[in-house]
Amino acid sequence: MIYPMKLTVNDELIELEVPAHRTLLEVLRNDLGLKGTKEGCGAGECGACTVLLDDEPVNACLILALQADGKRVTTIEGLSKGSNLHAIQEAFIRHGAIQCGFCTPGMILSAKALLERTPNPTEKEVRRSLVGNFCRCTGYQKIVEAILSLAKRGDG
Amino acid sequence: MRLKPFEFLNPSSLEDVFELLVRYGNEAKCLAGGTDLLVQMKQRRILPKRLINLLPLSELKGIHKAEDSLRIGALTRHVDLERSAFLEKGWNLLALAATKIGSPQIRHLGTIGGNLCNASPSADTAPPLLVLHATVCLSSLKGNRQIPLEAFLTGPGQTGLREDEILKEVILPKPPEGSLFTYLKLGRRKSMDLALVSVAVLVTINPERKTFEQVRLALGSVAPTPIRARAAEKQLGGNLIGEEAIREAAETAAQECQPMTDLRATAEYRREMVKVLVERAVKQSLGFPIPPTGI
Repeated sequence: MIYPMKLTVNDELIELEVPAHRTLLEVLRNDLGLKGTKEGCGAGECGACTVLLDDEPVNACLILALQADGKRVTTIEGLSKGSNLHAIQEAFIRHGAIQCGFCTPGMILSAKALLERTPNPTEKEVRRSLVGNFCRCTGYQKIVEAILSLAKRGDG
Repeated sequence: MRLKPFEFLNPSSLEDVFELLVRYGNEAKCLAGGTDLLVQMKQRRILPKRLINLLPLSELKGIHKAEDSLRIGALTRHVDLERSAFLEKGWNLLALAATKIGSPQIRHLGTIGGNLCNASPSADTAPPLLVLHATVCLSSLKGNRQIPLEAFLTGPGQTGLREDEILKEVILPKPPEGSLFTYLKLGRRKSMDLALVSVAVLVTINPERKTFEQVRLALGSVAPTPIRARAAEKQLGGNLIGEEAIREAAETAAQECQPMTDLRATAEYRREMVKVLVERAVKQSLGFPIPPTGI
């Protein structure tokens, strides 16, 4: 059976029809062609599929698309403005926080969620916010440094 | 991993949910946060024909404070527990345990009702709720009934929930004045792991006599369900506070649990760790120094 639904993806309202067993991840990648969101484990362990749902980080592989009906989704494609990268993307490049890149979209969205709630995080808070994002190139140190470089000292 | 097709039912009220449960019985499963259910469906461990989507039901959401109790709606997410201003004093133990679940991504989806209905022996919310004397309100077309959480959790993946019922809310009585508490979780990693052993402790003390008054201990992952360690509790209650007494009670807790060997750890290791963790948990709740744990 096919069900109608609405999603606001990266500020664009989209109406679509999906079967119940389609996950949000499958809709993003296959129906909408937004391949920046990755599928790693498919079971909520690795965080490669992290997107923001109403500004909160979630595993897109563990949500039915229909559960996101009427909500706002932010994917990695929604961060840059034209050719201007988002500050977190710039920081990742500057700090060499990207190796193979597979975990990067999820890492950046987890970082965005953290920095919006906690503009001046401690290193511990940064590490805690990334526990659900696995990097198998073992690049955590530079990722943590990249995020800490954006901490707004003094006003947090 | 792909899901098999199923029918998606979107009830608009609790009554609709009850009627769907009566109509479809065990062909339908209730969907809350989905962090356990969808994984089990992807792994083909269960293949329900229908999912009843509970998420839009506002009746199941929110934390409500009454004069001397707290009512936590089944759809309250782990992140809501972490952030709620209502979870103060002894109730804060539940918030503390919620921070140890999975990842931020999981905690923004997973719910307290889902955690309890999934009934894993390692459910992180269960040991704190046991020492907080939680009851669960189960609801169906026939009305509501309340049972202690301890009676609700009947085995691994098994609960006292009848086919026509849902878990509506968790009810916490007011914890004793001056409750001291902590929750310790041992995993193979600091996070993103199920507990090998977890310990929730809540105690009250008489500072003049330097004695324990109430002592409540609960253990996760070392029995078919999360359990209270009643023999260890009795050993401490009313007695003088001291390192030796705490160590002996921890030994008792290690004897009264029934751990299993599985792919994460052996029964022997778990029993030994119960001893270590109970001692540390009681000490930490009293403000004694313990070795650093977790991040």
